Amino acid sequence: MAAEAAGSGGGSPASARRRLRIISGHLRGSPRAAGQEALSPSPCKAQGGSAGPAAGSIPKKRQEILKWNGWGYNDSKFIFNKKGQAEFTGKRYRLGGMVLPTFKEWIEKTFGASLEHKTTSRASLNVNDVPPPIVNEEFLQDLRATKISYSQDAEDRVFRAHGHCLHEIFVLREGMFKRIPDVVVWPVCHEDVVKIVELACKHNLCIIPFGGGTSVSSALECPEEEKRTIVSLDTSQMNRILWIDEKNLTACVEAGIIGQDLEKQLSESGFCTGHEPDSMEFSSLGGWVATRASGMKKNIYGNIEDLVIHIKMVTPRGIVEKNCQVPRMSTGPDIHHFIMGSEGTLGVVTEVTIKIRPLPEYQKYGSVVFPNFERGVACLREVAKQRCAPASIRLVDNAQFQFGHALKPQVASIFTSFLDGLKKFYITKFKGFDPNILCVATLLFEGDREKVLQHEKQVYDIATKFGGLAAGEDNGQRGYMLTFVIAYLRDLGLDYYVIGESFETSVPWDRVLDLCRNVKERIVRECKEKGVQFAPFSTCRVTQTYDAGACVYFYFAFNYRGISDPIHVYEEIERAAREEILANGGSLSHHHGVGKLRKRWMKESISDVGLGMLRSVKEYVDPNNIFGNKNLL
Amino acid sequence: MSLSATATRFFSTSKDGDSTTSLGSPFQCLTQKELTSKKRDEFEDILEERRLSSDLRYAMKCYTPVIYKGLSPCKPNAIKSVVLQSEQVQYVIKQLAKEMGESPDIIQEEAMEILDEMGHSMQLGTVRFFAFTLSKIFKQLFQRVCVNEEGMQRLQRAIQEHPVVLLPSHRSYVDFLMLSYLLYTYDLALPVIAAGIDFLGMKIVGELLRRAGAFFMRRSFGGNRLYWAVFAEYVKTMLRNGYAPIEFFLEGTRSRTAKTLTPKFGLLSIVMEPFFKREVFDTYLVPISISYERILEESLYAYELLGVPKPKESTSGLLKARRILSDNFGTIHIYVGQPVSLRTLASGRINLCPYNLVPRHLPQKPTEDIQEFVSDVAYKMELLQIENMVLSPWVLVAAVLLQNLPAIDFELLIEKTVWLKGLTQTFGGFIEWPDNLCAKKAVMSGLTLHSNIARLVDGHVVLNDKGIEDGAVGEIVFKRALVILMCSTYRNQLLNVFVRPSLVALALQMTRSFRKEEVYSSFSFLRDIFSDEFIFFPGISLKDFEEGCFLLTKCDAIQTTQQEIYPTDKGSVVVSFLSAMFRPFVEGYQLIFRYLSKETKEAFTEKQFVPGVRNFVFQLLEKGATQCYEALSSDMQKNALAALVQLGAVKKKKIVHRKHTKCCCKSPAMSLC
Repeated sequence: MAAEAAGSGGGSPASARRRLRIISGHLRGSPRAAGQEALSPSPCKAQGGSAGPAAGSIPKKRQEILKWNGWGYNDSKFIFNKKGQAEFTGKRYRLGGMVLPTFKEWIEKTFGASLEHKTTSRASLNVNDVPPPIVNEEFLQDLRATKISYSQDAEDRVFRAHGHCLHEIFVLREGMFKRIPDVVVWPVCHEDVVKIVELACKHNLCIIPFGGGTSVSSALECPEEEKRTIVSLDTSQMNRILWIDEKNLTACVEAGIIGQDLEKQLSESGFCTGHEPDSMEFSSLGGWVATRASGMKKNIYGNIEDLVIHIKMVTPRGIVEKNCQVPRMSTGPDIHHFIMGSEGTLGVVTEVTIKIRPLPEYQKYGSVVFPNFERGVACLREVAKQRCAPASIRLVDNAQFQFGHALKPQVASIFTSFLDGLKKFYITKFKGFDPNILCVATLLFEGDREKVLQHEKQVYDIATKFGGLAAGEDNGQRGYMLTFVIAYLRDLGLDYYVIGESFETSVPWDRVLDLCRNVKERIVRECKEKGVQFAPFSTCRVTQTYDAGACVYFYFAFNYRGISDPIHVYEEIERAAREEILANGGSLSHHHGVGKLRKRWMKESISDVGLGMLRSVKEYVDPNNIFGNKNLL
Repeated sequence: MSLSATATRFFSTSKDGDSTTSLGSPFQCLTQKELTSKKRDEFEDILEERRLSSDLRYAMKCYTPVIYKGLSPCKPNAIKSVVLQSEQVQYVIKQLAKEMGESPDIIQEEAMEILDEMGHSMQLGTVRFFAFTLSKIFKQLFQRVCVNEEGMQRLQRAIQEHPVVLLPSHRSYVDFLMLSYLLYTYDLALPVIAAGIDFLGMKIVGELLRRAGAFFMRRSFGGNRLYWAVFAEYVKTMLRNGYAPIEFFLEGTRSRTAKTLTPKFGLLSIVMEPFFKREVFDTYLVPISISYERILEESLYAYELLGVPKPKESTSGLLKARRILSDNFGTIHIYVGQPVSLRTLASGRINLCPYNLVPRHLPQKPTEDIQEFVSDVAYKMELLQIENMVLSPWVLVAAVLLQNLPAIDFELLIEKTVWLKGLTQTFGGFIEWPDNLCAKKAVMSGLTLHSNIARLVDGHVVLNDKGIEDGAVGEIVFKRALVILMCSTYRNQLLNVFVRPSLVALALQMTRSFRKEEVYSSFSFLRDIFSDEFIFFPGISLKDFEEGCFLLTKCDAIQTTQQEIYPTDKGSVVVSFLSAMFRPFVEGYQLIFRYLSKETKEAFTEKQFVPGVRNFVFQLLEKGATQCYEALSSDMQKNALAALVQLGAVKKKKIVHRKHTKCCCKSPAMSLC
């Protein structure tokens, strides 16, 4: 609807946008690529092996700006300043440079953690610990001949040996992986990938594709028993938008582009994909396809399977793709569905044609307070039933609400704090909400202004029926900002004996409440049984609504002081929590994928025959297991 | 997977839980070296306090019970409307309306009526009334009411944590009154109790019970879908909300013989379903063992077993029964067992997939593995009841006496009783025999309490068969049977503790060979034949055998080698005592089989069977051709038939209008003859 409005908005804005795009295109120097496109049917710039095209936000040497042993940018992290107050550093996020006065108390209260008890990570990677590369000299010769950039540098290899599971980060801080990639290669285009896969087949190597490195399913871990040379195929240099088709609202993009660059570049032309997974700052288009990703704003734009029009993938058998770029076709089972969620076991996704939309004219945040979680879920269910969900609607439980509260920065003036006090008074005293039970929904509306306002009213009207009270734009916006920042918190926790992780599932509506309650209770119980001294932080939020169910996201963390093998205990508890999810009618995963972490439940999830179907595809496409990351099957 | 494998797993998983399991399995004693040294909880007499202070004040005390942490308080009537409006009941109503072409309103009305008939309406006022009157009555009837306080404390914690299901043994109508009385005394949430609909026939009393928390179920409603839906939803709603502990009797009815009856599964599977569907995180099952030194209904039961119909529950009958108030019924022991977590029991055993693939409000027939699980849990709970059942010295006296009819020297009786006490303790029996109480006193006090059964004449103890000499032969047999059945009721309390070693002893005698395999095969045959008579955990015949052997070895009665089992020299006393203890059953079953193979035509109805056997045995007794009075017990007769049906020796056929049981005798079952 937003698109139609924008399209019919008149010729002048559209032509102005086009001009802008042409100018920005010049600035980015893409005409070079365009020129080559005119010359040869199979374009590939950067033949000389020099670094790739448009400079992305993340450099080839990722360690230059990203943490080597934690989440995100080097300059952004939670610290306790000299006064003992929590602070978030850097300027990249809205929270940057702000002091969080109540956060320390919250940590101490929630985890029984104390600032006196600190663990410290190794300061830097010890190159001597790194397992020596197993390399096939003939392969290296062949590789050099292709002029494709590669590296055997220890840091480069370790950086691509892991995702962001707790145990992986823990290993980085205190130990070393048993097996890491032996060579990192940086193809800059589809043809480079074809060459690498051919070489891998020729020399019998193992390829593990690497996109943004944000996996939380152990998908990037190298199988310890792999004896062949492991090639980490880093797609980050394949990051161009190859073309934009405004008539059909599609764009063909190289799969290595990361979310923030894709949106930034599309926005220069006035478009967006609207696909915003929480990891979008770092995760790549190819990664989204390979894991069946889901974005925060899927209610308007859809999940990755709704967005993708065409995929080109290089496999040991050759290239798989469709012959046209159409919205739907009836040609047997959709081959895209073999590719989406294949988690790097079949090949490398190189180019994707994805739907685009004109940038929304107007965005508005919002939030609603409910007297309890049950009412909140009932409201979300009703919103889903009426199919009027805003771009995003999320419901956090009380523990997470309090957590969000603890991350409130110091208020600038007495006036705002007075206002906050008034709000709190109104909700708790006047409306009788129990601050230890109430919960909050955050909302994001997008589209043209008039319709957003109309939509907003509709949603708030429903919320009122379920006892909800509007709680302001600011709370909503903070909620979404926290999504990006929250990932940094684990690194802080690790410094103070607190370990934690998130996991997710999807579940039918009628089981949402039971599942949330039982999983949280199971976690608490398991912690107790495993000798965890302090009650864990176990909390959930409903993050997506569908016609037939919802996606639920759990955070779980605990103070591990007094436990000799915290990672093992953590993994056992997470496993118990997953068993509980399955017993409650939840799925193995909504969007994180299976990787190696959740493989054991695959058979139960999709039946023996189902697993056999997937296996037979793997056997046909990759009989020698070149793509041997051992995920999924 | 084989049954025994499942059973093994069942137990091994249940052992894992830290706080939730007690000595669950019958064969865990194999690993438990010293059963007798097992720490038993201390008992506390709750009547003591009542004898010292005002009953009225007690009835009016401030009652603020401990409740479930997730409870959303609601009135009994609110539950009914929740049930009526529930998706589950509405679904069935719509289905029936469609099938019968009737308006849903009419069926809804019907459902409402069912609910009104069924529903309890617990009121504090009535509870206080009961607290007062029961105090008076109990003090009159019983010397002491002893409760293990630790059990009450465990129960208190359990009630707060998860929904609780109370599973008491059922020997008397006093059971549920006493249990509610107990919970009131300890300030715990009063249970809602599944009671038979017959109580509603009693004027005033039925309504009083309803207000004290009883809800009423029809005796059979298998075919009535609406009734089933309403009933199941009613129970589950109360359980899910944590409204109150739910209490029912696994045995389904009062055991007339004081032997534990084989469990019924219907209600148990209903209360387990909310957990299977994960509507609750867990459910606690609490086995409770209530034992009576003297059972209130002892003579009524004996008459019933002999075919004199049970008097209908009626208020006037109750009033007539008040003369028993002047009698003494000794001590009651209530042992509240360790709450067992259903989650722990189910862990790793249940595939929940079937529940995930159908909306939870649709009625769903439980899968086979669920049914098996429910059955296993039921048996496990009954075995726990048995394990914790307190045995009085009199029980030992009765067992000795029955083996020494018509008379036994008093001193010898004492000696044998003491000997049996030791043996019982070796087998894990829970005897309440105060350390300082001398044997003579204990036996004497038993005889005094049970003067209607036995008495001391000239230094000999004889059955109390006053007035037997006069009267026709038939009458003499009947009166004698009455006393013997009453007496056996007490001996029976020992049987489930003794059954495994005793069947090994019997098998040894039957086999006339020491080869382990052959003894086991006889054991296994006996176990199958007696499967309805005694409580065996399904499918673990070998384990039972091993346990029996272990216990016999422990008391030096037998020695075992890799291949052989043989009695020791001094063990023959034990072996012959044990087989004599079970001889009435062996002989009784033989008589029943003889009746079946000789006296019956091709087919007979179940209704004809019991009187048929009774007459047959009666005639033999009159002729003096047998001394097995216990074969007159209708309980034994029914159990024997049920076992034969299970073994396939007798076939059951339903014919229109009435049940027909066809008998076709096959050799293996008959080899007992």
